[in-house]
Amino acid sequence: MLFRSLASAAIVVASVVGASAADISGAGATFPFPLYAKWAEAYKKDTGNGLNYQAIGSGGGIKAILAKTVTFGASDIPQTLENQAKSGLIQWPMVMGGIVAVVNIDGVKSGDIVIDGATLANIYLGNIKSWDDAAIKKLNPDAKLPSAPITVVHRADGSGTTFNFTNYLDKVSPDWHDKVGVSQSPEWPAGVGAKGNDGVAGTVGQTKGAIGYVEYAYAKQQKLTYTDMINQDGKKVEPTVPAFQSAAANAKWSEATGYYEVLTNEPGAASWPLTAATFILMYKEPVDKAASAEALKFFDWAFASGDKMAEDLDYIPMPAAVVAMIKQTWAGQIKTK
Amino acid sequence: MADVTLSNAEGKSLSAQQQRISAVGIFRLTDRVFHNVTFVAALFVLILLGAIILSLIVGAWPAIAKFGVGFLYGERWSVNKEIFGALSPIYGTLMTSFIAMLIAVPIGLGIAIFLTELCPAALRRPIGIAIELLAGIPSIIYGIWGFFTLTPFFGQTLLTAALILAIMVLPFVTAISRDVFSTVPAVLKEAAYGLGCTTWEVAKNVVVPYTRVGVVGGVMLGLGRALGETMAVTFVIGNSHTIAASLLSPATTISATIANEFQESDGIYRSALLELGLLLFVITFFVLAAARIMLMRIERKAGA
Repeated sequence: MLFRSLASAAIVVASVVGASAADISGAGATFPFPLYAKWAEAYKKDTGNGLNYQAIGSGGGIKAILAKTVTFGASDIPQTLENQAKSGLIQWPMVMGGIVAVVNIDGVKSGDIVIDGATLANIYLGNIKSWDDAAIKKLNPDAKLPSAPITVVHRADGSGTTFNFTNYLDKVSPDWHDKVGVSQSPEWPAGVGAKGNDGVAGTVGQTKGAIGYVEYAYAKQQKLTYTDMINQDGKKVEPTVPAFQSAAANAKWSEATGYYEVLTNEPGAASWPLTAATFILMYKEPVDKAASAEALKFFDWAFASGDKMAEDLDYIPMPAAVVAMIKQTWAGQIKTK
Repeated sequence: MADVTLSNAEGKSLSAQQQRISAVGIFRLTDRVFHNVTFVAALFVLILLGAIILSLIVGAWPAIAKFGVGFLYGERWSVNKEIFGALSPIYGTLMTSFIAMLIAVPIGLGIAIFLTELCPAALRRPIGIAIELLAGIPSIIYGIWGFFTLTPFFGQTLLTAALILAIMVLPFVTAISRDVFSTVPAVLKEAAYGLGCTTWEVAKNVVVPYTRVGVVGGVMLGLGRALGETMAVTFVIGNSHTIAASLLSPATTISATIANEFQESDGIYRSALLELGLLLFVITFFVLAAARIMLMRIERKAGA
């Protein structure tokens, strides 16, 4: 009896120690967090190894990997090859997805309104202040838009979602290019700030007349009203997996040095204009080689068996050819032995 | 001191005189040890305080050197262009706290007077306990509550943050005022009532003047909490580096800015955030110092 309880206690201790020793640590982007959380759960079930991912924003993820407090950093802001080389990091894209504009207007449902880049830029510049503004009405002659003030919601923290969002506005609006530009934490001309994709989603859901931008999974999970958009070809598109895919198909990963690729405002009649890839950053010569090897095992597993889960959450998995390239990059550049 | 054995090395009992000397010696020794231990404890706090200030100054130095005094009145907070001015967080911090005190102090004093002078005895305890419970609620709960109940009406604005702060400091002001009001000798109040004073006159002319030092202390404690409050404010203020004429526009405070932005900051950006922290330290220090001076003035006037 005593022996048995001792033995079971030993097993409990061993499994606890085992689990914590193998936990992979990462931090960064909130954009892919719903997917990474789901992958982590399935990976734990498959292999018994856990993943500890802190969704602190892309800016925070880059800081965390530079400070070496995590094994991998995650970011939606692609780093140029020189930047990667400077800090001994290597970068690869993990998954792609869509950013949507979400609104909270009484009586307006998803699909009821459409918006174009120039109008979106003017709203975020503070030039368009009311929902019944002529520019919005012109795009939506049939929608019932109230004469209510627009509350602009943006990120308060440094964000890769913001980087891609401002990158798009910068491409489509000369005004935005002159006054604000592309940044992970720009000087916002208008609006209120919220922390993380979830913070923006929560604030928009809570504020009448609000508009914000979030990764599509957040809009879906929180049942927010998203807008359709006019893309580069002048076509109206809905935020759907095929629309994200159409934009993602334009990515030329094989030509992108250091996998530097931004997927906003891509051509194609069906392309969603606010598509983005999210990246992983790791050291080429990590201090803790075992931990890095474990992390790579997880990413390898995710590429092999995570596609279905990604699609369930409306993310776009990386194409097989790109995955093969990424694996070559790992083998050639990351020293885990 | 039962463990003090009064015998010499040979085990012979000593004369009464010697016994007394050795006892006094032991007492002196224990007292000195006690004195030193408490002194080190006190010193530790001072060293800690000094270390905090020093590390803030060291961390903030690049920003202090780069922006100089301009940091204090610069309105622009541009992360990507690395231009940092602290005016909008300073304004937000002071304004939210000021409005919060404007609301909380009269209400808090009112509750305290009601509880000590007018309240039926049966209600006194439940209301008192409710207020103490209010003081114990973690600030994040206030933040969530404000986000769901106040922002639908007022938006994420400076006013909403001030209202949340008012509710948060109310229990401090109330609890301390109530405690000091109950120290007013019954004789004084009865004498005033005997002269035909109304309850209002007793409160105004006897209770409050008698306890003003304690009341000001309670107000300052509340103000201290309001100035540094982070989580609840971050939830509802809108986190926007702007100074608008309307109270119904988004703003930010020093602590909210640090909480939102510290994680991804580096270089001069981090330094600017540390300088903000230093500023909050200085502002809080001056507020408390002003409170002390005010108290001394009041006491001197009352003494004269």
